Formats: sequence, structure tokens, C-alpha cells
Amino acid sequence: MSIQRRNFLQSSAALSLLGLSACATTSMPSKAKVVVIGGGYGGATAAKYIRLLSDYKIDVVMVEPQAAFVSCPISNLVVGGSKQIGDLTVPYTGLSKNHGIMVVQDTATAIDAVKKTVTLARGATIAYDKLVVSPGVELMMGSIEGLAAAQASGQVLQAWKAGAETVALRKQLQDMPDGGVFAISIPVAPYRCPPGPYERACQVAWYFQQAKPKSKVLILDGNPDVTSKGALFKKVWATQYKGMIEYRPDHKVTAVDAKTSTLKFEIQDDVKAAVLNVLPSMRAGTIAQQAGLNNQANNRWCGVNFQTFESSTTKDVHVLGDSIQIAPGMPKSGHMANSHAKVAAAAIVAQLSGWEINPAPMLTNTCYSFVDNKNVVHVASVHEYVAAEKTFKTIAGSGGVSAIDLKPEVTALEGVYALNWASNIWADTLA
Amino acid sequence: MKKILSGCLAASALAASGLVTAQTSDAASVLQVRALAATCANCHGTNGKATDGSAVVSLAGLPKDYTVAQMLAFKNGTRQATIMHQLSKGYSDAQIEQIASYFAAQKK
Repeated sequence: MSIQRRNFLQSSAALSLLGLSACATTSMPSKAKVVVIGGGYGGATAAKYIRLLSDYKIDVVMVEPQAAFVSCPISNLVVGGSKQIGDLTVPYTGLSKNHGIMVVQDTATAIDAVKKTVTLARGATIAYDKLVVSPGVELMMGSIEGLAAAQASGQVLQAWKAGAETVALRKQLQDMPDGGVFAISIPVAPYRCPPGPYERACQVAWYFQQAKPKSKVLILDGNPDVTSKGALFKKVWATQYKGMIEYRPDHKVTAVDAKTSTLKFEIQDDVKAAVLNVLPSMRAGTIAQQAGLNNQANNRWCGVNFQTFESSTTKDVHVLGDSIQIAPGMPKSGHMANSHAKVAAAAIVAQLSGWEINPAPMLTNTCYSFVDNKNVVHVASVHEYVAAEKTFKTIAGSGGVSAIDLKPEVTALEGVYALNWASNIWADTLA
Repeated sequence: MKKILSGCLAASALAASGLVTAQTSDAASVLQVRALAATCANCHGTNGKATDGSAVVSLAGLPKDYTVAQMLAFKNGTRQATIMHQLSKGYSDAQIEQIASYFAAQKK
């Protein structure tokens, strides 16, 4: 707890020093044409693009509990030590100053889909014509015995929602004596950021190579094989990190013992490690569950009409990003959430204006993974809405991954593009 | 606040005047092209304006024919790329025309 609290205070202080405090307004209208819940890649992009695509005719209120946006993409570089958390923190002031969006720093606690209102933690209620729900994922801490307590005590971190835990995990690695083992466990897909755990393994190994060369990285995957960029990661592990990274498939964690720093599995023997990083199964964010939007996959994810991202349970409520039941080949990623948001924003503007809704919306996804501090491999895809099947499908012949020969001049160039991708998507989402 | 308020008033005035129905189909197609071009904005910046110093190029203000030629070169493999050879193949030639026209009309 003390670690988390200290980091929180540090980042708050840093934000004030940089003048980055969010535009958290004190007065709020009782009604807005559009209310957006969540200021991540999905929600913030939706808020901005509803303003842009309506030529600033539709008013938007965005509700987000955090004071500033902290990006999950690039956050593994904080774990590895080549970036600081401030490098991936962006204020919400761009949305308010440049686009007239009212940013309210609060948590949405209830949605009344009949009265069309949202209730906030501090008691305010705001009415909407259209509601966008983009709360990201909830980590199912209760699905692994002992995890909730181990996480609350700061011993076993997830660091999957970038912020204080990202910094705390970095600290655990720095404090670990050389010769220790870092073990990361991965839930059965789907989960937020498919290649993220494998990128994190690379980042930790890169740090160990420089600072703790006798140490090891152990990947305990609940899936039968690497879920994204498999051939690329395996080649990097077998060459650049030979003898340092070990990959074990089909390892489903059932319990965590924080006292002995041990993981227990469905089938295999216990694993003890100096630093444990346990990623439990995930489901739609809490507010989506409370509103009953989670009607898919044993109530884990929210079904949507893919032409508009309107909930399949609730009229005039659009769900974006990691909370939705994905279409084939659609990852839960920040880039994808930004793409969802633009399709939803255009549909909302069309619906509120009485125009025809785009019959053939498109989505893109690019995802860059850093294998060290500067070399990168990617996966990219383009998706089109197929009306006959009411879903998005990847377009035949498009998309792909980095070349398997991993030429250093190419992976380094991809590293430059990856950082530029980050600065451009942060601006596209928030500036 | 001012922006929000004037936005509301403008929207109400527009709805009351009946202009909405008169211009529906044109407005809907303009919106669809803007949304299509926005699929490039994640990497190339909102309305094709990338951040200062970005190695991912700004598309805003590029001549239409130039953008079309580059996209077709990515598609048919005559221009090498790290990622655009894969992304360009997701767009039809007609969509590339629309996107290129849109960015050509944006201020640099």
C-alpha cells in the first residue's frame, strides 16, 4: 500500500509541476446530448470525434475518474526502465480547451437506461440522448485464490492498467537480487493487449541483461501457444534472450501464495519466483456490468451492433473498446478502441442528425511490441463491416506481421515508427 | 463553455429549420468520407496532421495524385515499407481516391 500511495503522490506532484492537472470542472449541466463514460483510447476518442464530426454542434460531457490519461501501450518500457511514467501521461486539457468537451473527474456508478441518466459517485445525475460506455476491462481478482489480498498488499502486482502499479513493478525488479526469477502468468484469451505479456517478458529480460545477468524470466501462459506475433517473439527469445527467457504453455494459475511468493496451477507443480506478475482473466468494466450490458460469453463482455457499436441490450447506449465481445480477428487494443470510437462517433452524429448510417464502416489496428529499448515488431490489420454477417471481418490479403528475418535496420526503424505512432495516437485521442 | 453553448444553439436552430432533411444525403456522404479518412489518423494525425517532428508523415495538404500513387505503390509492392504494404491492401482503389482527396483539401 505504501508503495502505491507514494507513487500516486509522486505522480500527482509531477503533474502539478508540469501544469498537467486535468480540467475537472466543478459545475456540470443536468443534461448533455452525449455523455461519455471513460477517458481511455475509446472514450476520449469518441468524445473528440463526436465534436469534430458534428462540426461542434453536439455537446459532450466525458466522465473519467483519473486526473490524466496514462497509456497502456509503451508502459512496458517503464517496466524495462527505458521510459518514465510521465513520458506516457497526457492531460485531458486538450479535450476541454481545443474541443469544448466538459471533462468531469468522477466515477459513473449507475446508468438508468429508461430515464436515460448517469449517476456519478459524488452524487450528480446527468441526462443524455446518447451514452458512450468505454470503461476498459475489470481484472477478475477473485478468479485466482489469494490474488486480491496479494495485490492489495502490493506484493503481487498486475501493472496491466498503466499507472502506479507500473512504477511499483519496476521498483520490485530493481529491488530483486541478481539470480532471481521474474514470473509472469497470462490468462486464457481474450484479454487486454494480446502481445503485451510477451513484450513485458522481453522488457524485463532486456533489463536483466544489463543489470542482473544471472536472473531469469519465466512466462506461464494459460493458452496453448503464444497468442500474438508468436514466431517473432519465439525467435527473439531463442536468439537475443537465449537462456534467459523460458516459455511454458498451458499453465492455468489457480492460486497465489504471497507469503512464499508461489503460484499454484490446475495441473503442473507449484512455481516459486522472486517477483510474481499475475494477470487474471478479464471482463467488461464494472459500470458495463452494473448496467447489464455484459450479455456475452458468460456475462464477461458486451454485445454490440457492429455498424454503430450500439449495445445489443440497450438502446442509445454505445459500448467501445476492451469491454465488447470482439469480432473475429479483432484484438482488445488501444488502437482498436480508437478505431471503434470513430465508427461509433460517426454513427451517433448520423443518428442524432437523422442521416443514413454508414453502411460499410472500416477499422484498422496496428500494434508495435518493443523487444528491447529500441527494436520493435508489429502486427497490423484492416477490418470491414460485412452487413450480411453483421460483423467486422479482416480484409483478405491485407495486414500481417514484421518480417521474420528481423533485420536490425528494419526493427530499429519500426522502433522509431512505434514511438511516433504513440505520439500521434495520443494527439488523435486527446489533443 | 461558450463553445458547448453555441454548439447546442446551432444544433437546435438547425433541427428547427428543417435544413437537416434537405441536406441529408450529401451530409451523410461527407460524414462517411471523414470517417474513412479518420482510419488513417491514428498514426498520421487528426485530419492528417502529424505531431511535430514525426517520422510518420503528415498527409494533410499532400497533392491528391501523389497520395494515390504512393498508396498504389504500397499495394502493388513497388514501394517498400515496414507496415504500409500491409495496411494499403485493405483499401479499395475507390476508397484511396476518396481518402487522397480528403487529405489534399486539409490545411498543412
